[in-house]
Amino acid sequence: MVKTKKTAVINKKLCVGCGCCQAVCPLKAVTVQGGMFAVVNTDLCVGCGKCVKACPACVIKVEVQA
Amino acid sequence: MAQKRWYDYLWIFSALYLVLGFFNILFAWIGLLCFFIPIIISAVFGTKSYCGRYCGRGQLFQLLGGKCGLSRQKEIPAFLRSHWFRYGFLIFFFTMFFNMLYNTYLVFAGAGTLKQVVTLLWTFKLPWNWAYTAAGVAPWVAQFAFGFYSVMLTSTVLGLITMLLFRPRSWCVYCPMGTMTQLICTAKNHKKINL
Repeated sequence: MVKTKKTAVINKKLCVGCGCCQAVCPLKAVTVQGGMFAVVNTDLCVGCGKCVKACPACVIKVEVQA
Repeated sequence: MAQKRWYDYLWIFSALYLVLGFFNILFAWIGLLCFFIPIIISAVFGTKSYCGRYCGRGQLFQLLGGKCGLSRQKEIPAFLRSHWFRYGFLIFFFTMFFNMLYNTYLVFAGAGTLKQVVTLLWTFKLPWNWAYTAAGVAPWVAQFAFGFYSVMLTSTVLGLITMLLFRPRSWCVYCPMGTMTQLICTAKNHKKINL
């Protein structure tokens, strides 16, 4: 069986940097970089999708990484 | 559940601000804090931590739309999050803001008279004379208070509408302060962090 990993992916160009994702992330895997956009630490992210639901701009998706 | 910090209760401050404006319009001046604090944080520290941590209005929308369940929790339309709309709204908002400052100047210079009205959504003039007694302050101080409270009430109403229609903090997407602090941070940090 091939092991797959889910992770959140953020559209940096449309991210407003409000920090809603950072506030809800249970693993502190998301941070707003320099007040510009949010960045996901893929090592920590388990793809739970909490940030996807919280993002007011709807610019986060959970994708499967090979 | 994560431990609550002092700044998790700033929504009380935001709600209180809106209520106080119904009793005495001069409380509107306190709202300048919501303008200067985010600008100072972004200009000095280069972060948007005001939005995520200290924005009482965002917390209020989160509470009403999230815990109170008033939001439909639908995705925001693509045009509302587009750069065109966000920057366009920022320009429009500041045009109206400077127009308000100009009206204050006219009263200060004696060329205009104090209008005891709160203008909602830049159009609807609501009589607000119960919240003002002419004692003790210069007319321009009161004029600014009426104008500034109009700005704050209008943005809260817009925020509440998008909170109901889309996600709780939909206002954050096109909030002029958020857009401006993001621009300040980008100007400050774009060389350090690759887009």
